[in-house]
Amino acid sequence: MNAQPQTVTADGRTIGDVVMDMRNITLRFGGVEAIKDISFDIREGEIRAIIGPNGAGKSSMLNVISGFYVPQEGEVWFRGKPRPPMKPYEVAQQGIARTFQNIALFEGMSVLDNVMCGRLGHMKTNMLTQALWWGKAAREEEENREAVERVIDFLEIQAIRKTPVGRLPYGLKKRVELARALAAEPKLLLLDEPMAGMNVEEKEDMSRFILDVNDEFGTTIALIEHDMGVVMDLSDRVVVMDYGKKIGDGTPHEVRNNQAVIDAYLGVAHD
Amino acid sequence: MPDQVLFGLEVALNGLMAGVMYSLVALGFVLIFKASGIFNYAQGVMALFAAMTLVGIQNGQVPFSHLINATFGTDIHYFGWQAPALLAILLTVVVMAVFAWLVNRLVFRHLVNQEPIILFMATIGLAYFLEGVADLMWGSEIKKLDVGLPQGINEWIDGATFEIFGYGFFIDNLDLVATVIAALLVGGLVVFSQYTKQGRALRAVADDHQAALSVGISLNFIWVLVWSIAGFVALVAGIMWGAKSGVQFSLSLIALKALPVLMLGGFTSIPGAIVGGLIIGVGEKLFEFLIGAPYLGGATENWFAYVLALAFLVVRPQGLFGEKIIERV
Repeated sequence: MNAQPQTVTADGRTIGDVVMDMRNITLRFGGVEAIKDISFDIREGEIRAIIGPNGAGKSSMLNVISGFYVPQEGEVWFRGKPRPPMKPYEVAQQGIARTFQNIALFEGMSVLDNVMCGRLGHMKTNMLTQALWWGKAAREEEENREAVERVIDFLEIQAIRKTPVGRLPYGLKKRVELARALAAEPKLLLLDEPMAGMNVEEKEDMSRFILDVNDEFGTTIALIEHDMGVVMDLSDRVVVMDYGKKIGDGTPHEVRNNQAVIDAYLGVAHD
Repeated sequence: MPDQVLFGLEVALNGLMAGVMYSLVALGFVLIFKASGIFNYAQGVMALFAAMTLVGIQNGQVPFSHLINATFGTDIHYFGWQAPALLAILLTVVVMAVFAWLVNRLVFRHLVNQEPIILFMATIGLAYFLEGVADLMWGSEIKKLDVGLPQGINEWIDGATFEIFGYGFFIDNLDLVATVIAALLVGGLVVFSQYTKQGRALRAVADDHQAALSVGISLNFIWVLVWSIAGFVALVAGIMWGAKSGVQFSLSLIALKALPVLMLGGFTSIPGAIVGGLIIGVGEKLFEFLIGAPYLGGATENWFAYVLALAFLVVRPQGLFGEKIIERV
């Protein structure tokens, strides 16, 4: 693995080694190439955005990282090792948590139970002691509850802890989903359009939470977003995709001035 | 108190006990339906299969003996030992777990994301297949199931009620045991689903498959677990029904008795399965006693449950405790 120098951002966060390295990924659905030979990396502690017009293959890319899709070509390197093809639940157990574009929560459960589900991977005691609430299992449950309460406090959803998720408005559901992903204490957090369908105020809230999560816990975040303004404010580095190809990669400033990116977003005059 | 009222009370009590037996069967349905959205038509046959396996192991019967004898010209039927009841029960639990694993591996794994009706059809196929396997494995004669459960009239209740009312209530010991076991079973299931990691994972899978995957839950593991638990519940139901009426193929028809219970209680609710079973049990006994026998020529128990369920479907399609279906427009 190529060691990279640590960088310190303007606001004092450190960005470390490469955590996730996508190498020459190609993904096909039958004859359609959703992703064409794309390589990029995600470094520890950074906020990495993937942007592009509709149908560019952004969500497919996120699904490759989280194991929901298996690419036909290319390698996924996670924490310095190539990752064999894995089921989504195995990827999650490795410490990659995610949210979904169309929210996937346990609608019938309370907010607290939903967030607790994020910590299933942290529960090690056996079924019997858990059922009897015995010794180590009781302690473990308490520790997990504390961790969950911290996340709930952090995302300011204390007031709705006991509410069944199905009754919540859209913006809050998005926040609960983030809480569940965060509760897993992931090494890499994937957010698929965390601000889609939100109003300006909700977007501002969500942006603040994403920045705070990254700042407070040092969580590495990869996110997909449509709102260019938000992406430019949030992210350290940006990958730009169009028609399954990578057309730009760099800091927000670099990307904004990249001709190919401008063409993809604004259209190009044919003469 | 007049004799008629006392007799009615006794009928109602017996109805409650019969209801517990229905609830036991309905529980198995609810478990699988909640976790995987599959309406498992084979639940009744699973109870039959479990009971037959239990009796077979207890009596030291050689499985597939007819097949073996026909193929190799041998004449073996029994190993010649009697297994203790507890050991036989444990072995049957293992058999049901293996069955659960096989069902997932060979059938339902290949049907992920299919329409509910296709999954339902698959369970119908499974039911008849399993019935055939049970026949081939253990033979089709009626067997007696005896794991040492007390049976017959409970003398103490008979005596005590005679002291008080001057009329002794007839309550079968087996029904009392069934009630206690059902209570323990439900208590155990509640503790399991509320307080253990696997229980929480099970509820998560029942709610949303994709979300469950994303928090690191293996769907296959949970499904095998659920089918194993349903197999265990089927075993309990099979023991109770088997002890009551002998182990025979009509045992698989108790699944049909569970249907009205589920319509009443809701397909997704464990308390619903219990309350639904009790209502049907008491309802059909009292209806027979008050209206059926005097005015309708009797034998109303055969259809009363279905009519009640039908009436319920019209008024409250999600059942008493089922989740209300609200579609956002």
